[in-house]
Amino acid sequence: MAALGFNLIAAMVIFTAFWVVTTSKLIHAAVALMGTLFGVAGLYVYLYADFLAATQVIIYVGGILVLIIFGVMLTHRVSGIDTLQTNMPNRPAAAVVVFLLFMGLTALLFRTPWHMADAAPVVSTVEIIGAALLTRYLLHFEVASVLLLVALLGAAYLARREDG
Amino acid sequence: MDSLQSYLFISIVLFCLGLYGVMTRRNGVAILMGVELILNAANINFVAFNRFGGMTQALPGHIFALFVIVMAAAEAAVALAIIINLYKTFSTVNVDEAHELQG
Repeated sequence: MAALGFNLIAAMVIFTAFWVVTTSKLIHAAVALMGTLFGVAGLYVYLYADFLAATQVIIYVGGILVLIIFGVMLTHRVSGIDTLQTNMPNRPAAAVVVFLLFMGLTALLFRTPWHMADAAPVVSTVEIIGAALLTRYLLHFEVASVLLLVALLGAAYLARREDG
Repeated sequence: MDSLQSYLFISIVLFCLGLYGVMTRRNGVAILMGVELILNAANINFVAFNRFGGMTQALPGHIFALFVIVMAAAEAAVALAIIINLYKTFSTVNVDEAHELQG
């Protein structure tokens, strides 16, 4: 049952990600991206990363995806579900390059003897992550908060500037 | 199926699809979606190595993935502000049409 669920989630992630990069309708791509992000959250659940799964749903699906859809809506005169976009003329070349990269990485994956340590997964990761963020990773945490503040101020300034 | 290799394989597929999107799309927002796919592929790797590498008491992979999500949020906000500015200046969001340095 668990293996079936894992296979379903993996298939959903790959299928929707393929849809994101191949469909010509931007809103469809955004909805497919939502499927991919939910699927990745499901993979986190299978990896015993409960806090990350919740963060993925809240920040990616609830924040970044909404931002992306706003971006689509704000940059097109026609507001509808059929907002089209065209592709670069280098599609076959890109497909060949990506396919070669995919074959190379897959060969690397199956030829490497991965050393797997079999440690028992923890039941809840929230406590460990919270303690680590405020002790060992405190500096990184503060720097990340400053980065967010600067990025959001900069984004607001860039988007609201009147004279280009 | 629930092994390190299967997670790494999903991550490889996500990364390659994201790279394909970044290379072939002309619309800035669609390129941003490809970048998000690549970042998610990296995050799956971090968490999978954390799970199967025996680091289940300190969780450095989870912390790293959290910071990647923070960075992705900042990157999406700035990228969309730039794209909206681009649209105001050039009336297009196709990245290959905006090639004048002073519009």
